Amino acid sequence: MVAAERKTERQRELIELARWTRATTLKTLHRVRLGHIAADLSATDILTVLYGAVLNVDSTKPNDPERDRFVVSKSHCSGALYSLLAWKGFLEEEELTTYGQPHSRLCTVVSTRTPGVEFSTGALGHGLPFAVGAAIAAKLDGSARRVVVLTGDGELQEGSNWEAIMLASTRKLDNLTLIVDRNRVQKGASTEDINALEPLDAKFQAFGWAVRTVDGHDIEDLLASFQAVPFEPNRPSCLLAETVKGKGISFMEQNLEWHSKPLSDAELTRALAELERGRA
Amino acid sequence: MNAPMFDCAKTFSSTLLQLAERDPRICIVINDSAETHYATEFEERFPKRMIDVGIAEQNMVGVAAGLANGGFKPWVHSASCFLTARAMEQIKADVAYGKNNIKLCGFVSGFTYGPLGGTHHSIEDLAWMRAIPNLRVIAPASPNDTAAAVRAAVVHDGPVFIRVISKTLVPEIFKDDHRFSFGKSSRLRDGNDLTLIGTGVMTSRLLEAARLLNDRGISARVLHMGSIAPLDEEAVAVAARETGRLVVAEDHVLNGGLYGAVAEVVVREAPVPVLGIGVPNVYAPIGPASFLFEHFGLTAPAIAERIRGWLGPRPTPRTASA
Repeated sequence: MVAAERKTERQRELIELARWTRATTLKTLHRVRLGHIAADLSATDILTVLYGAVLNVDSTKPNDPERDRFVVSKSHCSGALYSLLAWKGFLEEEELTTYGQPHSRLCTVVSTRTPGVEFSTGALGHGLPFAVGAAIAAKLDGSARRVVVLTGDGELQEGSNWEAIMLASTRKLDNLTLIVDRNRVQKGASTEDINALEPLDAKFQAFGWAVRTVDGHDIEDLLASFQAVPFEPNRPSCLLAETVKGKGISFMEQNLEWHSKPLSDAELTRALAELERGRA
Repeated sequence: MNAPMFDCAKTFSSTLLQLAERDPRICIVINDSAETHYATEFEERFPKRMIDVGIAEQNMVGVAAGLANGGFKPWVHSASCFLTARAMEQIKADVAYGKNNIKLCGFVSGFTYGPLGGTHHSIEDLAWMRAIPNLRVIAPASPNDTAAAVRAAVVHDGPVFIRVISKTLVPEIFKDDHRFSFGKSSRLRDGNDLTLIGTGVMTSRLLEAARLLNDRGISARVLHMGSIAPLDEEAVAVAARETGRLVVAEDHVLNGGLYGAVAEVVVREAPVPVLGIGVPNVYAPIGPASFLFEHFGLTAPAIAERIRGWLGPRPTPRTASA
């Protein structure tokens, strides 16, 4: 009973952290009129659970060889990532105001200029091969550290991912977890209309991965899933996180317009008010 | 030529194996081509440190970046044509952008694949690689130069592309104690009438061409540009000022490779005529590598003859020194 209450408390903290992350990210992007708001909001709950409760990373020991390796291949959610890196102590919150500005360390797609970032991405289809190499390195060293990589779903249209997906199962990389931010929308339209990914779970299974599907905005489900990896011994784990692009802001949800549209003052006010109401 | 001839890729392989005996972080990442690149001994000796990704060059370079993140020192082995073209974006983004400690080893470069034709010839690789910031680009010329280049690359904590001469045989032109330095050229012969500049497989051919020219009363300096990026700009400028004419020869297209690199320095520092001997911007015909070297005038006699024609009936007197 005590354990259950504690768990609930932790979930409440994570939900509040997700709300803070959304608000902080919206303010950052509004200030500089840049970024990919809908992608940030889609990935926010995943990133929140990872940084809030899963990843073994420490801003006071950023080069600890035994840290978990987290790779953000879905690089367009940099706004949300930077908010959480600030929360985690890798950045001063103040620095978020420099996002995309001259000589900033905060590239609008993630790069290793930013403390806490393992790998520069932005060209899609690069994070998973890197993560496979990082997982092989951990195995070679007999290390228990984990490798977690977040990709978009449209990104899986890049062939380089499938080269890496095959190798991960060949080498039995059960220290590797892939999270697919499955919002079913890419820049121009539905993934299924452009170059269909479904049946995605069957594809990963056929490639030798252990697969789970989860509500990518359900903090409890996400946390339970991360705690359950590897889903099967000797297999890499794939978490298909069903998400909504623009999640949390009514006028942005699944609205293609918000792929990279800047936020007006009125829209920011309205969005922050919605987040505040959700808090109650 | 009666000098003994060697396959530099074998020297490369034995040198890397020696280094790997001492350094447990050295590993090979390869695309199912261990035999072609003489990596089977490494594989037998260090099976765990041999990461074969199969026929998947993009993944090969990405995996190498992940291994480097874990503190390994990956040496990526591939035919140069597939490494540089197929994985170009990975080289740019995964290797060079983050200055990651990865060695990219382009084997079977130039025309070596001969009759396999345009898909397999790697005659654009220097131009592509040299356009990438942070990436050191080197092309050793002989076995001793190759061994020295491998030793220099292993101590450099950053990305290097090394164009390895394989299958095409070359003579030894360096001493056993030769050292390789990034950004430095080697002056292999002194001369006053002009300077011949080469890299990789062409350097020994230029030395031979210089001997043939000497027989005709033309005094040619020979520079080996083992390091194409960074380039020994000073040696190029000095050669231009002191000898007044330059010739660059390469088993590579003439747009963007060593000829381009040298010409960029010359126009800025000391404008003089520069003759490029290489492949015009075309796909080579089908035929063995030896035929292709002849076809594009990249043999010592053809180079000497071309230069004599370029100089005119008599050697051009030296232009004013700087």
